[in-house]
Amino acid sequence: MTGRERRGPGPGRDLLPDLFSLSGTPSPARMEPVARRADAVPGEYPESALSISGLVRTAKEVLEGAFFPLWVRGEVCDLKRHRSGHWYFCLRDENSQIRCVVWSSDQFRIPAPPDEGMQVVAFGRLTVYPTRGEMQFAVTRLDAVGDGLWRKALEAAVLRLKADGLMAPERKRPLPLLPRRIAVVTSIDGAAVRDIMAVVRRRCPLVELVVCGARVQGDGAPEDLVSAIERVGRWGGADVMIVGRGGGSREDLWAFNDERVARAIAACPVPTISAVGHEVDVTLCDLVADVRAPTPSAAAETAVPVLADLQAQLEGIRTALRGALARRATLARRDLVARTRRLTTTAARMGERRRARWEQAAARLHALSPLAVLGRGYALARDEADGRTLSDASRFEPGLPFRLVLRDGVVRARAEEIEPGTPAGVEPPADSR
Amino acid sequence: MSYERDLARLDEIVGALERNELELDRAIELFEEGVARLRTASESLARAEAQVKRLVEQSDGSFSLPDLGE
Repeated sequence: MTGRERRGPGPGRDLLPDLFSLSGTPSPARMEPVARRADAVPGEYPESALSISGLVRTAKEVLEGAFFPLWVRGEVCDLKRHRSGHWYFCLRDENSQIRCVVWSSDQFRIPAPPDEGMQVVAFGRLTVYPTRGEMQFAVTRLDAVGDGLWRKALEAAVLRLKADGLMAPERKRPLPLLPRRIAVVTSIDGAAVRDIMAVVRRRCPLVELVVCGARVQGDGAPEDLVSAIERVGRWGGADVMIVGRGGGSREDLWAFNDERVARAIAACPVPTISAVGHEVDVTLCDLVADVRAPTPSAAAETAVPVLADLQAQLEGIRTALRGALARRATLARRDLVARTRRLTTTAARMGERRRARWEQAAARLHALSPLAVLGRGYALARDEADGRTLSDASRFEPGLPFRLVLRDGVVRARAEEIEPGTPAGVEPPADSR
Repeated sequence: MSYERDLARLDEIVGALERNELELDRAIELFEEGVARLRTASESLARAEAQVKRLVEQSDGSFSLPDLGE
């Protein structure tokens, strides 16, 4: 039954206009006695009594036609998870309660079954369960007041991932500087692929993108994501994997909080960037991925370097390499010059030392020369005839011609008188005696 | 990954050359290695523009990469 049919005037209204009127008060016309007829309005007389099925069916149609799907708020009690997979519970407040059901097919939107006594808001449709003739609220979305339910499920999963060491910082793998191929796990026709493509084209168009399609929301999305991630791992041709989708409501992003998806990422041999478009929440995938990016575009920015930067970097290295070698060559040349100079000076110093030694010898020789004393004012007397040195007075005799050799010349002389004995002033000083 | 290895080695080489402690022969040898690695790295930046592909796994477990549009 579609919503429009439900909202239109249902058959119940035609059949039983007053029984279900909101005032609940029968119109005055009905109060008057009328002729009993079997073909009267159903239920008006015992003869036209309604079957229970008819009543309940009519009630169901009226009720379902009267209410849009809506949010209700209350406390959870009597939660039962049936073998069939459906969840049954009651929502109540101080005065009333209503039976609720979450069909198993609707549970993918709900992170975890609620706790007993939990205050929740539930979105659903009011129906009647014909077998029991009871009102039932069929819940399709459910959250604890203050996000408790999402948090509860998430926290439990986080603890399990942590216990298995899948969130350890040392597990985080570095991304390659220049990936050749990036695998993108996302919806094949979603905005994420286009966003990533645009970034790659702009930054480094030689990086190849390989899209591995998966549904990213709704029933079956987690299984799809897991199988796509595993496919990328089996393929082994990617240097980096981006797993993600563009922004959406928290429920739209819920597949990325699926523990199976997180575990698939952790097990993938390719370094992974999670890129789930959200601002505040962190998904399970973010926690186990090697790098977390806030959007698919940001993931591409992280994974792909700017080509021009790389080229500039190589240019820098080229310059540094040339410079370093040039400096090394200069150094070698300088070294050579220095060695040459050292050799010359050593040789020169050796020559000098030899000359110094000669000079020293010459000086010593000079000092020993008997002629040297002449320089200090002494004179030497030599025999005129044979040139012998006349060093004793006894060798003289009056009238003997001799030569007096002085510092700057020779005086011819003749002895006058001989006085033997030590001349005064040549005696040693008295105190040294 | 080889790009990264080349770059890391180039850093080493430039560093070693800049420390000026090497024998000249060794310095020239390193320089020549550096030039070769630079050439490889530059070549990997000069590849053709890549297309966007789709990862398809065949029933026999092999993979093909058709263009995304196909």
